[in-house]
This record gives sequence, structure tokens and C-alpha cells, in this order.
Amino acid sequence: MSFDIKPSKISLVIGASSVGTLIEWYDFYIFGMLATIISKQFFPSDAGTSALLSTLAIFAAGFIVRPFGALVFGRLGDIIGRKYTFLLTLVLMGGSTFAIGLVPGFATIGWAAPILVLILRLVQGLALGGEYGGAATYVAEHAPANRRGFWTSWIQTTATLGLFLALGVIILIRSNQGVEAFSAEWGGWRYPFWMSIILVVVSILIRMKMSESPMFTKLKSEGKTSTNPLKESFGQKANFKMVLLALFGAVMGQGVIWYTGQFYAQSFIETVCKVEFVQSRNLMLWAILFATPFFVVFGYLSDRIGRKWIMMFGMLAGIVTYRPIYQYFLDATNAKNRTEKIDLAHTVVSEKLAIVDEKVCTKLYVVQKIDTAYTDGAKFSYTKTDTLFLNDIIKDASTGSIYYTQSNAMDASKLDTIVVKLKPTKGAILDASNTQEVTIAAASLKPNIVVEKTLDDTTYWNLIWLVFVQILYVTMVYGPIAAFLVELFPTKIRYTSMSLPYHIGNGVFGGLVPFLGTLIVEFTKTTDNPAGDPLAGLWYPIGVASICLFIGVIYLTNKVDKEVMD
Amino acid sequence: MNTIKKILGLVWMFLAPAIIWFLASQAIQKIAAATSLTKSNVTLQWLIILTIFTPICIGFFIFGYYAFKGEYDQLPASSQDLE
Repeated sequence: MSFDIKPSKISLVIGASSVGTLIEWYDFYIFGMLATIISKQFFPSDAGTSALLSTLAIFAAGFIVRPFGALVFGRLGDIIGRKYTFLLTLVLMGGSTFAIGLVPGFATIGWAAPILVLILRLVQGLALGGEYGGAATYVAEHAPANRRGFWTSWIQTTATLGLFLALGVIILIRSNQGVEAFSAEWGGWRYPFWMSIILVVVSILIRMKMSESPMFTKLKSEGKTSTNPLKESFGQKANFKMVLLALFGAVMGQGVIWYTGQFYAQSFIETVCKVEFVQSRNLMLWAILFATPFFVVFGYLSDRIGRKWIMMFGMLAGIVTYRPIYQYFLDATNAKNRTEKIDLAHTVVSEKLAIVDEKVCTKLYVVQKIDTAYTDGAKFSYTKTDTLFLNDIIKDASTGSIYYTQSNAMDASKLDTIVVKLKPTKGAILDASNTQEVTIAAASLKPNIVVEKTLDDTTYWNLIWLVFVQILYVTMVYGPIAAFLVELFPTKIRYTSMSLPYHIGNGVFGGLVPFLGTLIVEFTKTTDNPAGDPLAGLWYPIGVASICLFIGVIYLTNKVDKEVMD
Repeated sequence: MNTIKKILGLVWMFLAPAIIWFLASQAIQKIAAATSLTKSNVTLQWLIILTIFTPICIGFFIFGYYAFKGEYDQLPASSQDLE
């Protein structure tokens, strides 16, 4: 059985579904990308409370609320229909995103700010949990059997394009406004949230014109829709075993491959390799741009050769190549491995700048920046900050010298007297002249060193290529998965049955990649090796993908279900 | 292949409680090692992880049980097979 759909309507079905889903991903990502600013603006400065609320916002929205949204909206979609359900999720997502942009900061409304933001973030998670299953089901139920992978792959591009859009918008506003204006209470970081409402209104107008899925309409007219989709999906063994197979044999591995390629890669390049903010994001943008068409390529291919082996190959490729790829990231950005000469003409060692802490005037930060330029155009910046304290014990009243050391017991013979530039600050006890002679500890115990690397062109493009390769794996596992999930379940409980494994696989298994990756690196830290093994975090995605690959290869079939009309 | 599926079912049934045990022991270690400032946050993180992963591991155990019982020997080809 098939439904004849006009080509013009096909484009509209795909377009309307994809644009809405793309906007939902965009809304979900901007919160994560602006998490540092959001944390400063909405959460109290007390580190403990702030961290607690941030944890709730990040963990709860991703791991609890998303699967819960899948159940709530999946059930609705199987009872009242796909169209109205994914319209509702779009309104919820757009409305909550816009509202986050309107919430005044903690400085203005106090505790109401973090509570409001937390609630709105949970609504975002809930809406996202309901959106994807609806869009994928809706498109698949319009598609002819031999084009289902190709059609639904357009929906699959939206998660990556949503990331692309969010990255692009944030970089654009930040570069135009400057970091300070962007980060202010009512600064540019709010614009991406406000933009959402325009995108959502346009998308709602398009979706309103759409008709209900033909399969669901037929089922409804025959009175065969499910009255209790949750019970039928998870209470009946015949269907529940397929939900479990979908999760452990496909989606779990797909989730970790996706998050490793698109999120862990960026986080690793920025926080471990120390590539500077804009370059690390531009690098991701290029890789995403080049790789995105492959979602459609692998979706199309899955109609020809089956879904299973494409997804399994994507997992296998990740398992085998992740460690060499990330090892290259480390080696290519390590100053010790650089063979190029240092460009002395452009290498700058700044004078030491002493800054008195505004709140605790007895504390002094001595900052020195070293910009090492290389002949190939790379530039590695090191900003070293020593924190020193006013030392009254060895203060020499006769000479008027001011001593700063890290310990009162500091031996005076180990002190250096240097002339530092003073930055006048309010409440400072130091003389606010331009320069002053102060005495500091010769060697700081634990200086804080911030490293920022600007890569040369060759390394930059090599990194783009390797991130592209990882996103290519994402396109293999993610491109065919909507069609694969749709074909596993019958129409009357499809929305519910496919949404839950999808959001557990992606939200929980995938979403935990950064957290568990960091945790595993912590395990490897010893007194002999305080930095630990930076690649150890990859064992989590490699392990999960390996189990999933094993289950998928043995238990799944490669057969494309030609008849999903039932 | 069906024999392999069944034998592996036992492996999944063993692996599921092993994962819960591993996560629980990690949670106890990490919460105990946390400082007073981070204790509540670390406790919350691990509580969420355990709350989420315990039912998933139970699901994994059931998956193993179904595999062991031969439920995946023949996958359904149509909706009639699911009823």
C-alpha cells in the first residue's frame, strides 16, 4: 500500500518538518553554548549554589526531561496526531527560548532569575523530547518505501545544521559587539534567544498549512489508533523487545558517535589543546559545512543497500580511529613538537603587570603575557598569573618597600625586587602611580597559566579535516536512523515507541560523553602524572559503541521494511 | 547464529548488574571524596546518573533475558507479528 504524494508537496513536507526541527535544535544548543555567560548572569556568585543549579539545568534538561518529553508527546502524537503534537512542541520550545532571553539577571531580581531559567530550560528539554519523533514519523509516513531513508535524512541534517546556526549566530554577534558588550546583563548574548521567536513564528505558519500524515489519518478514520500507546509500546513484550533492540543495537552507539564527533571534539580542541575561542569554533563550522550533505548521501544509500551496515560501519570507524585522531590533535598543538622556528620579530614578552585585588587589597596578581610567534604563522600565548599576598612580617618600613610573597615565612633572601606597572584600582592600598617598585617572591608556588593557541594554516586545515571525518561517521550512524526506527514500529504506536529509545540513546548515552569522558581522565591522574591521560575519556564512547556494534551486528537485520503502512 | 544470540544473552544479563555495581561504587567514592563546597553538587550529579542508568541497566538485563529465551531468533516482519 502507498500514498501518492505530489513532488511539490514532498518538498513542503520535508521543508516544514526540517525547518521546525532545526529551530528546536538551535534553541536547545544556544543555551549550552552560552552556559558560561548564563551562569554568571542568572546564577548567584556563590560557587556551590551556582554549580548546583547549573547541574540541574544541564543534567535534568538533557537526561531526565528529554526522555520524559518523548513519552508525553509520543503518547499525544499517537492519540491526537503528529501534526498538532509537533506544532505544540515547537511553540513550547520557541516560547521558552524567547522567555529565557527576557529574564533579568540575578543582580536585578535575585533568586527568581535562576529559578525561572531552570524552569524554562526544563520546558526546552521537554519540547525537544517530543519534537524529533514527530518530525521523523511525519516525513516517513509521507515517503514511498524506496525513498524513506532519503526523505527522512533531511530531518537528520537539522541537528547538525542547528548547531551550525547556533555557532554562527553567536560568533557573528560576539565579533560585532566585542566580548564586553556581548557579556553584559542585557548584552548581545540575549539576541540569539530573541531571534528564536521570529524563526518559530515563521515555522509555525508553515507547519499550520500542512495536513496530517496520510497513514495516521487512515488509521484514525478506521478507528484503529491506539488508546493507550504507552501500555502498548512498553507493556507488550512483542513491541518492548523491539524498543530494547533499537536502543542497545543502534541508538546507544549512534548517540555516542554523534556527541563525540560534534561536541567532544570541540571541547577537546578548546580545553585540552587550548586552541583559541574563535578559531576552534570556525574550525567546527567548516567541518560541519563540508560533512552535512553526507546525511542525505547515507540516507539515500540506506534505501539501496539497507540501513544496518551503514550504521555499523560508522560505529566501527569511530571505535578504530578515535584515539589516533585525538592523538594527532594533541601532537599538532603541542609547542614541544613544533619544528618551525620562532619568529623573534613578532614574539613579545610583556612587562609584568601587578593588579591589586579590588575586594581584598592585600592580594596582588602579577600577570605576564608571552606571545610566541612562529615562522609558519602560528601564535601561542601564555598568560602567567602569580597570586601573592602582602607580607607585613618582612615589611621594611625604613625603605618603604612593599613586600608580596606567598607565605609569611618566606625567606627574604629569595625575594626579587622588580619594577612593575600598576593598574590603579578602587580601594587599592598601593600608590596608583604608573610604576612602582614592589618586592615579590622569586618563584611562585603554583602560578595559573592560561594558554591560547592560534594555529598555522596547515594544522588548522588538518584539524578541520579530522573533525570532518568524525562528523562523517556521525552522518553514517545518524543519516539512516530515522528510517530505521520508523520501520521497527507500527503506525499506531510509532511516535511513542521510537521517541523513547532515540532520546535515551542520544540524551543519556550521548549527552554523558563530556561528563563521563572528564571523569575517566580524572581516574588516570596520579602523583607522578598529575595531568592524567587526556585520551582516556575516549574509552567511554569507544566502549559504548563497541557493545552497540556487537549487538547490532548479531541481532539486527539489514532488511528494509517496504511496508510501514501497517 | 541463534545459539550465539542466546549465549550472548547471558553475557548481557551479567553485564547489566555489573554496570550498576560499578556506577554505585563510583558514586560512593566520588561523593566521599568531594569537598564540603562541592559535596551537594557531586551528590546530585551521581544521584541523577544512578536514577537514569538503573532502569536502563534493568532494560539491558531484560534484553539479555529475551535474547537468552530466543525472542530475537526471528525478528517481526510486519505489525501482525507484534500482536
